[in-house]
Amino acid sequence: MAISDVASFAHLSPEEVEELGREFDQIRRDIESSRGAKDAAYIRNLIAIHRKLVVGGRVTLFASSFPPAWIAGTAMLAAGKILENMEIGHNVMHGQWDWMNDPEIHSGTWEWDTTCPAEQWKHSHNYVHHTYTNVIGKDNDVGYGILRVTSDQKWHPANLGQPVYNALLALLFEWGVALHDLDIEAIRKREKDPVEMKRQLKGIWRKVRKQVAKDYLIFPALTGPQFVSTLTANATANVIRNLWSYAIIFCGHFPDGAEKFTEAELENETQAEWYLRQLLGSANFSGSRFMHIASGSLGYQIEHHLFPDLPSNRYPEIAERVKALCEKYDLPYTIGPMYRQYGQVLRTLMRLSLPGKQRDAAPEPPEPHHKRATPAELRNYPGPKAPQASAA
Amino acid sequence: MSPTATDLVRRVASRVTTPLLPDDYLKLINPLWTARELRGKVVEVLPETDDAATIVIKPGWGFRADYQPGQYVGIGVDRDGKWHWRSYSISSTPDAGENTVSITVKAMPEGFISDHLVRDLEPGTIVRLALPQGEFVLPDPPPAKVLFWTGGSGITPVMSMLRTFDRRDTMPDVVHVHSAPSREQAIFRDERLALTEKYDGRLRSVENFDDEHGILDVTKLEDACPDWRDRQAWVCGPAPMLEAAEKHWAAAGLIKHLHIERFSANLTASATGGHVTFAKSGKEADLDGATTLLEAGEAAGVQMPFGCRMGICHTCVLPLKKGIVKDLRNGAEYQENQNIQTCVTAAAGDCVIEI
Repeated sequence: MAISDVASFAHLSPEEVEELGREFDQIRRDIESSRGAKDAAYIRNLIAIHRKLVVGGRVTLFASSFPPAWIAGTAMLAAGKILENMEIGHNVMHGQWDWMNDPEIHSGTWEWDTTCPAEQWKHSHNYVHHTYTNVIGKDNDVGYGILRVTSDQKWHPANLGQPVYNALLALLFEWGVALHDLDIEAIRKREKDPVEMKRQLKGIWRKVRKQVAKDYLIFPALTGPQFVSTLTANATANVIRNLWSYAIIFCGHFPDGAEKFTEAELENETQAEWYLRQLLGSANFSGSRFMHIASGSLGYQIEHHLFPDLPSNRYPEIAERVKALCEKYDLPYTIGPMYRQYGQVLRTLMRLSLPGKQRDAAPEPPEPHHKRATPAELRNYPGPKAPQASAA
Repeated sequence: MSPTATDLVRRVASRVTTPLLPDDYLKLINPLWTARELRGKVVEVLPETDDAATIVIKPGWGFRADYQPGQYVGIGVDRDGKWHWRSYSISSTPDAGENTVSITVKAMPEGFISDHLVRDLEPGTIVRLALPQGEFVLPDPPPAKVLFWTGGSGITPVMSMLRTFDRRDTMPDVVHVHSAPSREQAIFRDERLALTEKYDGRLRSVENFDDEHGILDVTKLEDACPDWRDRQAWVCGPAPMLEAAEKHWAAAGLIKHLHIERFSANLTASATGGHVTFAKSGKEADLDGATTLLEAGEAAGVQMPFGCRMGICHTCVLPLKKGIVKDLRNGAEYQENQNIQTCVTAAAGDCVIEI
């Protein structure tokens, strides 16, 4: 069942929730006051790597009829697009690098290499999703208006097609993202303002036209007789990026342990309760540094949702502090290897295509808040583990 | 290539690089090959005195080299990952036939940026630039009789003018009255004296060193240049000097002859401070009464428009949606729905700015 009161779900008193909120505020202040040249170098390097990958890929594809060149070019282009969309674009548009005062690396000016216009993304994602995270009926990312991802969403016969919709969404993810801010649900319910819809469609069309022309017309044409092989390479790179970003993003809020909430939770929600909802509603996955950069630091989904506008390269150190707080307050910290997290998502999607509730995805409240960890226990804390608190 | 041909090539190329610009790739080869944000490379840092240096910058693409002597340029430097902007008068002449532009900077006490520019800036550093602007310029042709009155580093725009007269061989009848704290701290002294010698009879130079001669006030100015009423005057220096000049020329009914340039706004008024919200970007900040809204916005990561940063050019003007702000130069208050110059105003209570 979706949660209507985070504090009682977490067995914390209002005072404890506020205290936890102050601890999160402190993390934010510490990071904000220590942003500097190293952080700036991180994002500038990644941007340079992205551009080199793109140039490398595009140039290699001038020999796209030669299979090894096709493979190498496609791989570089796909890697470039993934890097740009996930670790660079998504995070820059969150304002993580606005403090650098650099108009070229700023949430107000960034446009990313995908069909979704930045302006619409910032509305549907930064505002709607990050404010109303996992609140059913408010956050359109709960199923994206086409999937049933929690038993709290009523079953409809159309959900029988869920395995197919899911596969299509994975392959065409970029297009799903492009249409996301239109709010499919609102259109279905005929609640959408037609003037606003026309404005949005215009914006999407302007962006789509340029993106499609580049990948499916201009670059193939530039390679002359290799038009078709360059076109398939570009399409493949886009699909690889689609599959990867789809998988990463579905691991953020759909695995077991990432809770959903009702609109009642939003009533009089304090900043501290908001933090708690972000923590309970998000799921991390573990991986190497390379893996985290390749996934746009979304393996730190919890940290990202607590502090969406702090630089992503600082998430690993933030994670240590968040884990310690979860230990201290007996709160779940949902994490697992990516294959397991995605496996749970897939299982949920299949199960919920049929009517009824999902047995093993019901939220399990953490153990009652029985004791505080001592400083020594915190120091000896071995690292992330399964979400349940230790037995009483 | 004519600009239109360049533009056309760019537009075509950007179809290939969308959503980026060709510049975003070209700057990987050469950091100056981009016109997206104007850039320059520091070629040389030439010490002028103990606490002043001339910085020679080679501008990148998109920088208009046809500035007028007397104008200033915005310069952005990266300090600890963050871009900081200041404006400085250009001291070079556009007619030197070089593709560089120079500014001359005096390190101010506790000047976070000026001190860095004078003492730590390495040749090869990439800086950001804003196009030259400013109204402190000479008409073409220059008036027959000119008075320059400069104080301290206020000499920089006038040096650009003198160098330009020299280059074009159009030196009119000039009296240049310059005051500096001491002989050692007089910027461009050798060059100024050399020009005086070269244009003997046309250029007369009067020096005042505060430690030797005391402060140069308007009475002394009249002594140094008795025919000041017959001259068009260009005056640049510290705020008290400019105020004295304004009073003096106004009293004589000759305010039209006076052209002044402030090199820092005289922000002496104070406001109470408050909580500022930047509405569109959703950023917020708690401000004291001395921090300008421009500085606050930049510190909060808002992309604030700016130009001179001293209340002259109005590039930084933004609508005030709520609250009251105060002009730090004169204490004037602005209410909601007025347009405010963010570079010289501070919060007087909580306010909301539309950006």
